[in-house]
Amino acid sequence: MSAISREDVAHLAHLAHIEMSDAELDKMTGELGVIVQAIASVSEAASADVPATTHPIALTNVFREDVVGETLTAEEALMNAPDSVDTRFRVPAILDGE
Amino acid sequence: MTSHIDELVDFDVALEKYDPVLGFEVHVELNTKTKMFSAAPNVFGDTPNTNVTPVCLGLPGVLPVVNKTAVEYAIMIGLALNCKIAERCGFARKNYFYPDTPKNFQTSQYDDPIAYDGWIDIELEDGEVFRVEIERAHMEEDAGKLTHMGGSTGRIQGADYSLVDYNRSGVPLVEIVTKTIEGAGKRAPELAKAYVAAIREIVKALDVSDAKMERGNVRCDANVSLMLKGAEKFGTRTETKNVNSLRAVEHAVRFEIERHAAVLNSGAAIVQETRHWHEDTRTTTSGRPKSDADDYRYFPEPDLVPVVTTLEWIEELRSRLPEPPAERRKRLQADWGYSDAEFRDVVNAGITEQIEETIAAGTTAAVARKWWMGEIARLANAADKDVIDLGVTPATIVELNSLIEAKKINDKIARQVLEYVVGGEGTPSEIVEKRSLAVVNDDSALGAAVDDAIAAMPDVVEKIKAGKMAAIGALMGPVMKATRGQADAGRVRELVLEKLGLAG
Repeated sequence: MSAISREDVAHLAHLAHIEMSDAELDKMTGELGVIVQAIASVSEAASADVPATTHPIALTNVFREDVVGETLTAEEALMNAPDSVDTRFRVPAILDGE
Repeated sequence: MTSHIDELVDFDVALEKYDPVLGFEVHVELNTKTKMFSAAPNVFGDTPNTNVTPVCLGLPGVLPVVNKTAVEYAIMIGLALNCKIAERCGFARKNYFYPDTPKNFQTSQYDDPIAYDGWIDIELEDGEVFRVEIERAHMEEDAGKLTHMGGSTGRIQGADYSLVDYNRSGVPLVEIVTKTIEGAGKRAPELAKAYVAAIREIVKALDVSDAKMERGNVRCDANVSLMLKGAEKFGTRTETKNVNSLRAVEHAVRFEIERHAAVLNSGAAIVQETRHWHEDTRTTTSGRPKSDADDYRYFPEPDLVPVVTTLEWIEELRSRLPEPPAERRKRLQADWGYSDAEFRDVVNAGITEQIEETIAAGTTAAVARKWWMGEIARLANAADKDVIDLGVTPATIVELNSLIEAKKINDKIARQVLEYVVGGEGTPSEIVEKRSLAVVNDDSALGAAVDDAIAAMPDVVEKIKAGKMAAIGALMGPVMKATRGQADAGRVRELVLEKLGLAG
């Protein structure tokens, strides 16, 4: 029994804007299930007094002073744009976000 | 998109049956020199896509680095809102797809905001104080600016395409979230406006934001729900997005209360959704419902390490806090001796600082108020400008006042001089010199004018001799006319009394 359901995978695929066939959903449900179970076994090994770790290296407070640095020109910024108008990116009208 | 007109219930009627519950999310754009995670300039109004780095554009392989000043400003906002400051907090990715965010996620904070559990006392217009509890204030970044093209309305409905400017992408934001606010009753709209005004005032006083709502430096999302009086469970809420002026906040809350009441009275349910505010019609329309799209799959940002605060650092930042605005207002009113009404007018006119500087530069509080609320306000009104955009400085008023006190000009001439200052003719002294406006206090010229007036008005002279001193005013007119308004009224009075043999 997988730790993650087929519906979970379909939902995640939808959120991530990834189109998946039925066969792919089946395959990913199995593969993701294995990964989730592997991670769950780490949780079992850690006792309650071990805090959750988000970063493997114990660094904190890596800051930058508030000083202006180098920027791109508009021409450079737009170099890879599929389409642009003057110095702005042009994108299709998008309705599903809002 | 719905286009029907919403049914509304009269505000007072709605409030007899329901209690409103409010909540606010206010986004404050910080005025740091650079962005939150890159060294691109944080400047409003430049040519699109010129204040960008690869980080702002979400190009592959880039690494963000946190702006220390932005963290300090966030802590200062937290302290000013009486929040606890987290000993340790981190950044998280909020994932969504929209072209204003080229990375496909916004870097924000999730379950460990830098500031939490605070409060702010809001003073309503009649002096009643309402405490609003703050849930959290967290750091995040602004998105790029989309301009919808084509269609007729400039809104996204019917747009053919959109243009994107990433200059704003990555500008540091602090989002301030309140706890649910109950008990405001009929004062809910007024409280909403006063709350946003108070936040704006605080971030301006801290000098951590330009705080211009018309530029989007301070933006408010207003949550409104209604519950039947006596009920224990909150009603379903709506979130009206981007209400970007103080008046609009007040109107939007009022409108949503009237709309919710009508929906609930009809037996229908409120749909949990975002609403869009329309300033032209002062109404809201349906945005999108809460849905899958709100599942942002937050996870810790692997490219940014945690922020750890020390007591020393926090106390150093606390020492930089200015006097809280509400306390400052109380102190100024007491120092200046203005009545409540006089002081409120000054605050509403937005010239507290001008008056403070004018007094500091050497006039009395009464003189400062007389000029700023009187002639300057009149000139601003006539020019259809804000008082502060008129070009009159506290130094102008001090100079004008010292010319009056030195009896070089009288009040009436001073008002003319001010008009010339506004017209760009120079400083008051320069104008008095250039236009030969100095008061005539040369006694021979003035004496001749007084003699003429006395000779021309024997009946008035009789009255004065009979003890009616008020009659002297009747002689003043001809004398002022003869001296083109430049006579010193006090001196004229003295001369009249001398010449009639009445001087003490």
